[in-house]
Amino acid sequence: MPMSQTTETYDDQIVRLFLLAAVVWGAIGMSVGVFAAAQLYWPSLNFGVPWLTFSRIRPDHTFGVIFAFGGSALIGTCYYIVQRTGHTRLALGRLARFTFWGWQTACVLAMVTMPLGLTQSKEYAEPEWWIDILIAVTWVSFGVVFFATLARRRVQHIYVANWYYGAFIIAVGLLHIVNNMVIPVSLTKSYPIYSGAVDAMVQWWYGHNAVAFFLTAGFLGMMYYFVPRQARQPLWSYRFSIVNFWALISVYMWAGSHHLIYTALPDWVQSVGVAFSLVLLMPSWGSAANGLLTFNGSWHRLKTDPAAKFMVLSLVFYAAATFEGSMMALKSVNSLSHYTDWTVAHVHSGSLGWVAMITIGSLYAMAPRALGKPMYSRTAMEVHFWLHVAGTLIYIGGMWAAGVMEGVMWRETLANGSLAYSFMESLMAIKPLYVVRWLGGLFTLAGMGLMLWNLWHTADDARAHLIKPIPVPIPEPTHDQTPQPLTAASGGAS
Amino acid sequence: MKFPIRYRHFEKIEKHAWLLGILTAFMVSLGGLAEITPLFMEAHRVQPADNIKPYGPLRLAGRDIYVREGCHVCHSQMIRKLQFETQRYGPYSVASESVYDRPFQWGSKRTGPDLARVGGKYTDAWQREHLIAPRSLVPESNMPAYPWLAEATIDPADIQARMRALRALGDPYSSESIAEAPEALKNKTELDALVAYLQGLGRNRPSPDALKGDAVP
Repeated sequence: MPMSQTTETYDDQIVRLFLLAAVVWGAIGMSVGVFAAAQLYWPSLNFGVPWLTFSRIRPDHTFGVIFAFGGSALIGTCYYIVQRTGHTRLALGRLARFTFWGWQTACVLAMVTMPLGLTQSKEYAEPEWWIDILIAVTWVSFGVVFFATLARRRVQHIYVANWYYGAFIIAVGLLHIVNNMVIPVSLTKSYPIYSGAVDAMVQWWYGHNAVAFFLTAGFLGMMYYFVPRQARQPLWSYRFSIVNFWALISVYMWAGSHHLIYTALPDWVQSVGVAFSLVLLMPSWGSAANGLLTFNGSWHRLKTDPAAKFMVLSLVFYAAATFEGSMMALKSVNSLSHYTDWTVAHVHSGSLGWVAMITIGSLYAMAPRALGKPMYSRTAMEVHFWLHVAGTLIYIGGMWAAGVMEGVMWRETLANGSLAYSFMESLMAIKPLYVVRWLGGLFTLAGMGLMLWNLWHTADDARAHLIKPIPVPIPEPTHDQTPQPLTAASGGAS
Repeated sequence: MKFPIRYRHFEKIEKHAWLLGILTAFMVSLGGLAEITPLFMEAHRVQPADNIKPYGPLRLAGRDIYVREGCHVCHSQMIRKLQFETQRYGPYSVASESVYDRPFQWGSKRTGPDLARVGGKYTDAWQREHLIAPRSLVPESNMPAYPWLAEATIDPADIQARMRALRALGDPYSSESIAEAPEALKNKTELDALVAYLQGLGRNRPSPDALKGDAVP
């Protein structure tokens, strides 16, 4: 592609900040998870300290991995991608810095206050109102930076990865604000304006779509850029990715009520949720297939590129977890799986399998470009891959077994019609599997530690300020621009 | 490369960020509007059954401790309409039982049993001992111990502020009930409050008549 000489460079310093934050938060969030998992088998491991107790730190694990780790990775890759695909420097550099410090401050405040008992108790929306305000302000700023950068892009057509990031920004902002409508009593306590069944519906509309737009749309944005980049060929079908986009964002929002099947929520809302959950399988598999087929013709790269390995397996897990999710939304399956550790297995199949792997793969692909050096150790990347895969399989295998066992034992009745097992008997039956899950967590955490070490050394030069900013390649203006998938040359020169 | 004419409509979206943003916002709003708005209207229209009262000061304090400690992480408060659920935990939960629950505590995971109808199943003494040292009563339990609840007292002024906030949201607390709160909370520990909350759980179920047609709030 022809390019003219320019002094404009990509703003990669902000990308590097988010990269560092993501990996550090990943290690912290997973450590809390491993510690919490241990307490389910050894309950005295809280040492009698209130703020180390399982029920108080479990939200720290979920918030830490979703918003601190996932959020930092998403914002960082978003800033990287919107510049590369638009051939422009990031707009509003100062506001972008504010989004970094605002997000990190919100994460630290949330992680500190939740174990102290400041919680709204809504899953994945636990932090109290004043932290929510900081999150909202930061989020809106993030949106402004993103759309302002899109506005100054030099390529007319907006590459599909940005669509997903845009939907992620718009939807998460909407969800966050609606679900956190509260009346504050003090700095430590607030009450939601919704109550009972309405509160439950609002919460699971939020909770489900946090999965949809934070853990899916955002990471699909990552996938649609870094998978073609790492496969070194265009997307399998560009138009298919657009079809899947509209289907995914419109269908997902209807499915939240499948979290409340057989509950006191009106039946019609439950049934609508179930129906849309089944439809949802199509755009989910569409994206997974599109990503996997993009590797057609370059499967050999898996032998040499651990980042590509992470990406391919993440797409397999994405397909598997979304299939499982749609099946779990069926009333018959849900009556068995709900409230059990099967839910936990499903969540981790999605989060460790899909979300964490596409993130790790993308960060391994992005880091050398953002840091101006190849990864410090390829062996460490290989080891990380196998540690992560082993940890994920051990974890979800254990929790699947536990969940099905619970579900079956809870419903088992004797010939005379009485229940076959007490609740305690089901807990005793699955307890050994809590050790298995903890071990799986340890494997995953070890891999994350390795990644932190590897990136730290890859960044040696960047820390010594030897890094040269990368100039923005300015494309020649063309008259009738048609959508062109990214080629290796236009996808971010390094 | 030429695209069919129909594609041109989409091309416009793909080249204009504002159009893309507006259409995205529109598409993502539909599901929530369709599912939440009717519930919201319904909840505002229907009055709760007579026997459903807002939490008194002690039980309100207890409920907020339940929320603070994260009990819902392992205990649901939602008995589903399934034979084996009602057999184990009692009559299935209905929406009108939780009209004063801010936030709702239906939960999503049962590492411990459901608590929707735990009220009265055990004595006060059992509940107290169980919260302080669960394994002294249930040796195989993996529930954390909460001994600090027995030492902390409740600040009546704080609970009054909470009742006023709930009244602002529409919960029917009278000025007298708020004024009398300190009396009810005198010398009470957090443990007293939590036990009072637990012992009241599930006792508000509407009469069978009120349940005809699966009463929604």
